[in-house]
Amino acid sequence: MEKQRYERPLIKKLESSMPNKFGTRTEYVPMTHIDDVAVKDLIDKYESPLFVISEKTIRGNIRKARKAFENRYPKVQFAWSYKTNYLDAVCRTFHQEGSWAEVVSGFEFDKALNNKVDGSKIIFNGPDKTEEDIRKAIQHNALIHIDHLDELYSIQELATKAKKKARVAIRVNMDTGIYPMWDRFGFNYENGQAWDALNKIMRSEVMILEGLHTHIGTFMLSPNAYAVAAGKLADLAISIRDKYQHEVKYIDMGGGFASKNNLKGAYMPGADMNPTIDEFAEAITSTLINSNFKPDKLPLLILETGRALIDDAAHLLGTVISNKRLSDGRRTTIIDIGVNILFTSFWYDHKITPAQPFTQYTEDTVVYGPLCMNIDVIRDNVNLPLLNKGDHVVIQSVGAYNMTQWMQFITLRPRIVMIDTERKVHVIREKENLNQLLEFEHIPDHLKDFNL
Amino acid sequence: MHIKSDVAISDSGFVFVPATGESFTVNPIGAAIIHMLKENKSVEEVSKQIFENYKTDMATVEKDMNDFVAMLKQYSLIDTND
Amino acid sequence: MTKQILTIAVTGLNAIDSPGPGVPVIRGLKEAKAFNARIIGLSYESLEPGIYMHELVDKTYQIPYPSSGVEVLFERLKYIHNQEKLDVIIPNFDAEMFSFIKLASELKSMGVHTFLPTAEQFEERQKMNLPDFGKKYDITVPASEAVFTAGKLAEVLKEFEFPVVVKGKFYDAKIVYNYEQALSAFNDMAAKWGVPVILQEFVRGTEFDVTGLGDGKGNTVAAVLMRKQYITDKGKAWGGIAITDEKLLKLTKHFIKETKWGGGFELEFMKDKEGEFYLMEINPRIPAWVYLAVGVGQNIPEALTLLALGEKVKPYTSYESGKMFIRYSWDMIVELKEFEMISTTGEL
Repeated sequence: MEKQRYERPLIKKLESSMPNKFGTRTEYVPMTHIDDVAVKDLIDKYESPLFVISEKTIRGNIRKARKAFENRYPKVQFAWSYKTNYLDAVCRTFHQEGSWAEVVSGFEFDKALNNKVDGSKIIFNGPDKTEEDIRKAIQHNALIHIDHLDELYSIQELATKAKKKARVAIRVNMDTGIYPMWDRFGFNYENGQAWDALNKIMRSEVMILEGLHTHIGTFMLSPNAYAVAAGKLADLAISIRDKYQHEVKYIDMGGGFASKNNLKGAYMPGADMNPTIDEFAEAITSTLINSNFKPDKLPLLILETGRALIDDAAHLLGTVISNKRLSDGRRTTIIDIGVNILFTSFWYDHKITPAQPFTQYTEDTVVYGPLCMNIDVIRDNVNLPLLNKGDHVVIQSVGAYNMTQWMQFITLRPRIVMIDTERKVHVIREKENLNQLLEFEHIPDHLKDFNL
Repeated sequence: MHIKSDVAISDSGFVFVPATGESFTVNPIGAAIIHMLKENKSVEEVSKQIFENYKTDMATVEKDMNDFVAMLKQYSLIDTND
Repeated sequence: MTKQILTIAVTGLNAIDSPGPGVPVIRGLKEAKAFNARIIGLSYESLEPGIYMHELVDKTYQIPYPSSGVEVLFERLKYIHNQEKLDVIIPNFDAEMFSFIKLASELKSMGVHTFLPTAEQFEERQKMNLPDFGKKYDITVPASEAVFTAGKLAEVLKEFEFPVVVKGKFYDAKIVYNYEQALSAFNDMAAKWGVPVILQEFVRGTEFDVTGLGDGKGNTVAAVLMRKQYITDKGKAWGGIAITDEKLLKLTKHFIKETKWGGGFELEFMKDKEGEFYLMEINPRIPAWVYLAVGVGQNIPEALTLLALGEKVKPYTSYESGKMFIRYSWDMIVELKEFEMISTTGEL
């Protein structure tokens, strides 16, 4: 007789107050493949943990987003937000799909140049641009989005010295009815700061006002806030037109669209509740079209959407290290994925799906990472099927911020692979090794030797 | 180690304790273990049987059996008189 | 002529001290003149009393909690539909309405009908949006203001007179009489439900409730007015009386006409001493006291079922006022085997 599949024995007390999960047996479907490539094969070949990026999903996402806006508005340009995921393979996929680059530091600027993005198609945001950064941006004809007055004066001075005109926009912050209001970045609309800065630019000989920029928040759940923001930028653009007969070329609505992830504390799953890209597109484009721009003078609409385009294109594969029971009786599962590589587990309830078949029996489980640190919690309470040691899991929607904010802590960072549209697997970032890390370090002579 | 004699287990894996009115559900392996324990098999015998019938290793079985028996004790399904 | 048999799935079988509307809805369906109802119960927990009321519920299936997502719910409903061939589903919980609204068109393409408000109607009547709702449809609502930080509380409180009602984003309300109480209530609610916390004008007066049915085109199909006579410590009516009030009926019809409400609803009003009605809350579903409406001549569950099926329904225009409902509790004797069945298989 062939042996049956093993599952650990489970006994659950039926309590009247306890939600009964037997009705939810379809909640979990194993995720054995990603883009038709077996999870098991991926782990066998590239080890666990492993980030897996789907090129097909990225291209699908950006095409869908472009369509959502282009169907509603004549001139649309996306710019890939480097900080969300600046792996070159990811950036170049977006560039192939027509996206410009949106960067927030000299390092990211160099990365975009290195990716062969023409300087005039790089948008330079952020509060920290060094003089060297500004010189470089002016040199490359980049679009500099000014964050504060000190920066405005620096640009004035450096452009004058360079005898070259700087292409600029200002970042505007405003009350869009949402909380928190991101008033730490850019110039405020309501108190007149923004209008004041615009007048300074218009009077400058060395700055050309190309556009207006805002970025109202992150993981926004309200399309209406974007409509309010688009309306205020349109008002500013029209005031400039009326006063200086100068047409701004573009309106940059920034990013911040929510992905389908589940924010901690939200009752309904993000995939159901979070607005779709079409809803955001409708809010923004209808406001611009209904504003006082002449129909043939509508500005270019730029979008710096990051998270919503990349989050669901990446999965993190891992392996069960052990099952334990806490002193209070709670079941825990330790996996080889820690918060050092899954930073977003601090604000999302990431969906964890087994990569192999299982039964309908489930248990409330705390999922810990492998770090010897109390904060290393991936899910503090999740109803999971019964996993055995060595079983694989897939954590979904990890594409945004994890591969830029991850850190080498206790463990080395793992490989990242990309599955191309022909189902071919490419390593796009190697796993780290000790020697690479040691290259950064220097040991003073007197500390070289010791006896134990 | 005995399962209390009044503990009833049905085919669907529903466990009922008349003395306390409490009820539990178990998965098929859990039910198999309770059935064997009710037949007065020792924990070692039950473990061996599980190892023979399922695709797993002895270390896993022992670890999971320990945990399961501890849960049975916690839920007072085991006679403490032995 | 024999009446057609309709298979209707109903949620909210928790006929407990804070009852779900499922059981009274089923009683209405069982008394329908236009059809004979075969009832499929949809339950979340094993001890919902309706599961065991076999004279009312022919078969019950457990369904996943709304928090597991629309997709999971749809899978389960597909399975149930395959077994039972559902004609209509009547969801009865606030928390599940969103999912059913989202699934309405997919369910319809399988031949399962619902009759629900639109996503926009559902959204704009949310507690947080009530001031805008009042403005948009010209309905008097208590003044309210959302507060995001404790620091802003004092400033916003200046716009109100004590006492003030402090409300959580989703649930909970507390009447406070001074700043200190307001602050402590704010912190409580913010910790439990997140921000914003809503401050609402306290309206002193008598509570009136309306249940009704709009056809989605602005017409009133049913509307019954009720005043609570006995309220439990959970704020639920344990007894109430059907009343007539021209002004309140007009307000209700105005609400249906302006919002083009589709589906059942409950409006909660407060009438102050000047006789002004304030709309306090809009529940986007049939209330648990709906059997009073059936009892006085407006079978809302029956009419809703017919509207779901796309049939023409003659609007109810009158009912017998002065009839009362008095709730009572009843102990059923249940075999353990039945509890076992629903607990282990999710079906009974």
